[in-house]
Amino acid sequence: MENKLKHVAIPSAEITPKSLYLSRRDWLKMAGIVSAASLLAACLPQAVGTGEPTASQGSGPSDELGGAANTFEEITNYNNYYEFTTDKQGVAPLSAQFRSTPWAVEVGGLVHKPGTYTLEDLLQFEQVERVYRMRCVEAWSMVIPWTGFELNKLLKEVEPMTSAKYVRFVTLIDEEQMPGQRFPTFPWPYTEGLRLDEAMQRLTIIATGLYGESLPNPNGAPLRLVVPWKYGFKSIKAIIKIELTEEQPETMWNTIAPNEYGFYSNVNPQVDHPRWSQRTERRIGELSRRDTLMFNGYEAEVASLYSGMDLSINY
Amino acid sequence: MKARKFPTLRLLVHVCGALPLVLILFAALTGQLSFNPIQDIEQRLGRAALYFLVASLAVTPLMTLTGWRALQPRRRALGLYAFLYASLHFITFAVVDYGFDLQEIGRLILEKPFILVGLLAGSMLLPLAITSFDHFMRKMGKRWKSLHRLAYAAGLLVILHYAWAKKGNLFTLSGDIVKPLLWGLLVVLLLVLRLPAVRKWVSGLRQKIAGSVRTLRQGKRSK
Repeated sequence: MENKLKHVAIPSAEITPKSLYLSRRDWLKMAGIVSAASLLAACLPQAVGTGEPTASQGSGPSDELGGAANTFEEITNYNNYYEFTTDKQGVAPLSAQFRSTPWAVEVGGLVHKPGTYTLEDLLQFEQVERVYRMRCVEAWSMVIPWTGFELNKLLKEVEPMTSAKYVRFVTLIDEEQMPGQRFPTFPWPYTEGLRLDEAMQRLTIIATGLYGESLPNPNGAPLRLVVPWKYGFKSIKAIIKIELTEEQPETMWNTIAPNEYGFYSNVNPQVDHPRWSQRTERRIGELSRRDTLMFNGYEAEVASLYSGMDLSINY
Repeated sequence: MKARKFPTLRLLVHVCGALPLVLILFAALTGQLSFNPIQDIEQRLGRAALYFLVASLAVTPLMTLTGWRALQPRRRALGLYAFLYASLHFITFAVVDYGFDLQEIGRLILEKPFILVGLLAGSMLLPLAITSFDHFMRKMGKRWKSLHRLAYAAGLLVILHYAWAKKGNLFTLSGDIVKPLLWGLLVVLLLVLRLPAVRKWVSGLRQKIAGSVRTLRQGKRSK
């Protein structure tokens, strides 16, 4: 286990210098022009898949499979964060003024030592750097160099009772700062949940930073969950409450469309989704699609959590 | 010809018709597409197709409401732009997004009802585009009109396609559903305004106030 995790983490010295990821941005611009042009030029099939991103040169951070991390600009300007807007490009400008300090997280429920943790308290937990793949249920993906702490560190400190089986997470509710929360068709606040053993898994982190900087607003400032083997929506943002429960908690997307967003929502190319094919994905910055990996490529680490479960029922 | 009487309107339709394509090119050249440019282009084209289809469906109801006959000859161009953008939307999906992988595209169409519905709507526009020439209109007579009622079905299917492509639930009205719902209501309204009884009632209402409107208009024109 130790060894497997080592290649997930990265030393901070490897963090991509700004000049480098800016050059990737230029490439992306070109990709946009190329695809628009190819579209207009009667769309030759050859136009697809010719552009491999220049960033796989290995100078920036990359995941353990050799996938280069997406640029800071990509990660902070293409976001699903419905608390602000359903427009992925609109999140960055709308969240620019979001105030994430002071911040406190209430940790309670079935624990022996409930407490309220300020952001500063949480930064006392051993900070780790993890380059994780993020696979959105909409079939796009990124590679993101997070900093944060393993959730199990916090959970151990509050001492879960033996009756605790699940962990429930709640996002801040603040219509003034988060205009998307005015849309009554969503059951705000955003809530998510994990089974306790999933939450204790060492890959599960609370991210407090990105590319060595404190977590940007579009990515869930000041802290968010990151569960890399699950679809992105499970990794809830701007958490104000963590609660241990005995019953499986309700989650927002599961409430909206239970047939589409299961409680587990593990990345699984074999379990189909009514909207998007989960067999393939587009890595942001690439033109052709790549095959989606079982458990988003973290099968060796997490498959044992689900042994004996029918994943097509527990999707 | 009425077309000559309103060259401005004709020009306006074509300027609007070119606008989505121009905006996409502009966004691509100035780096304003999203970081998922293929999907961005695909969705922009899809929305453009929706706008023009709704615009073409709006022509008859607008004439019923306003009595402005000059709109009639513009309907064909609006419908053809809907077909153009729907085709580009599909080509982007099949060729640019999925690299013309026919096996995968076939599977997607069969598996994903929203893609099937979109394809169905787009396919309905094909015979309409082909028979849009005067030649067919004359040759087909009454059958032309019946055939072109397919546009109504296409309008409803496109709304379903749009609503289904968003992360919401059309049946429980939850999630990201507001925009597709508003477009859907507009399409339904445009179809309701076509029902003979409604149409009669509306044009009767219009004629009641037509007198004053006509006087006003003639007054303006004689200046």
